[in-house]
Amino acid sequence: MNAERTLELISPSSTATERLGEALARLLPEGSTVALYGDLATGKTCLVRGMAAHFTGKREVHSPTFTLINEYRGNPTLFHIDLYRLAGPEEAVELGCEEIFDSLNVCAVEWAERAERLLPDRCIRIVMRHAGNDRRAVCIVNPGLLPEGWEEALRRAVAVLE
Amino acid sequence: MTSILGIETSCDETGVAVVADGRRVLANEVASQIDIHKEFGGVVPEIASRQHTRVISQLTRKALGIAGIEIPDAVAVTRGPGLMGSLLVGLCFAKAIAYAWNKPLIGVHHIEGHIFAAMLCDSPPEFPFLALVVSGGHTQLVDCPAPHQYAILGATRDDAVGECFDKVARLLGLPYPGGPSIQKAAEGGDPQAFRFPRAMLDAPHLDFSYSGLKTAVLYTLRDDPGAKDRLPDLAASFQEAAVDALLAKTRQAMRETGARRLVLAGGVAANRRLRERLLADIDGDVFLPPFAYCLDNGAMIAAAADSRLRHGLTDPLTITPDAALPL
Repeated sequence: MNAERTLELISPSSTATERLGEALARLLPEGSTVALYGDLATGKTCLVRGMAAHFTGKREVHSPTFTLINEYRGNPTLFHIDLYRLAGPEEAVELGCEEIFDSLNVCAVEWAERAERLLPDRCIRIVMRHAGNDRRAVCIVNPGLLPEGWEEALRRAVAVLE
Repeated sequence: MTSILGIETSCDETGVAVVADGRRVLANEVASQIDIHKEFGGVVPEIASRQHTRVISQLTRKALGIAGIEIPDAVAVTRGPGLMGSLLVGLCFAKAIAYAWNKPLIGVHHIEGHIFAAMLCDSPPEFPFLALVVSGGHTQLVDCPAPHQYAILGATRDDAVGECFDKVARLLGLPYPGGPSIQKAAEGGDPQAFRFPRAMLDAPHLDFSYSGLKTAVLYTLRDDPGAKDRLPDLAASFQEAAVDALLAKTRQAMRETGARRLVLAGGVAANRRLRERLLADIDGDVFLPPFAYCLDNGAMIAAAADSRLRHGLTDPLTITPDAALPL
């Protein structure tokens, strides 16, 4: 299971994207970093809201675009980082991203491409795109971090009937 | 006269001010990074600690010089919420000078600071009141029954309204910061030309949602090829939708709490359309913060601290910053 594997899903709605985040959070090992890529309004924050629901029991997630880092305290604490306003990796270093990536907490990074070289070698990458109407294409690249059966679990999360 | 030094370093701006008696601003210095980095959709060049560290001493010396105050009666500082590294710079600096001067230290919640910006005038609001806090990072309705007692009645469930302005500005190809550029682009536009959603209007709760509005603008640009050529209409329609949702939930909150006074706070409080609509449509007294104190600044922190000091609410030198400090 150490080989890198890629899964392409279509999420039909923001609710499904949230469920996907929740399902992903259930599978994540301690200290994982999830790097999120995708244009405005592709559902990145939505996915993180689902993750937070799993770790904290609450869906109180707001976009960290201005605040840069949000902490949702739970077990473990989820760090929600948004690099949208940053020009590059140096600023992400200033922000303290490396310490968060190295910690045992889970971390989700929006606009991860702004600090690509700081990301841990083995992070989960998720690319989100508009796919017509309200649908979003979600591509998940797992470098062998998620346990066996992850594809089925994630597929099921977006497939549940509304 | 009681003079208070107020320090704010929770995010991008380094703010240092001296305020007399909680309402008279003797000096208000802000080192902002917005001006020098407008070009790239809202980039902050050196967020966090390094920039704050670089300017905080000289900014403090400058503010005290302008105010003509050698040693203020208390030192106030933002304790949270915000970026840990940035908060630390302000708090450590404040502790050091409070200790050196042997003056009380007062930690202030960033949102409490924004609310107290409305006190920086000759006829400040009296308690109780309702506060609408609107900025890049926050969108909240706060019940303020008495000084330093707060209850959050509603908040955004996704994007803050100020963030929505910035992101929509980017979609429309307008420069950062988005608030002023959308306001300008909307001049002469028809606010009813495009029908954008007002989220959660019929919901019983007092929460906001601005993510769907951003998406709606994106879809309009994608699906209506002529839309981009009607920039004033687009900007005006977006602004109207954003303001409508604020108005509706604020009115609902005033009805539910029976509040007779409304205090507007935060960076989006500078939006002219929002100010006009609140003055026209809110049943009760509306208190608008002076334009100069809408964005993050030290004066609002000093204003809140003045009231805290009068209520005996000072802090020990052992307080720590809290990135997720609850109000």
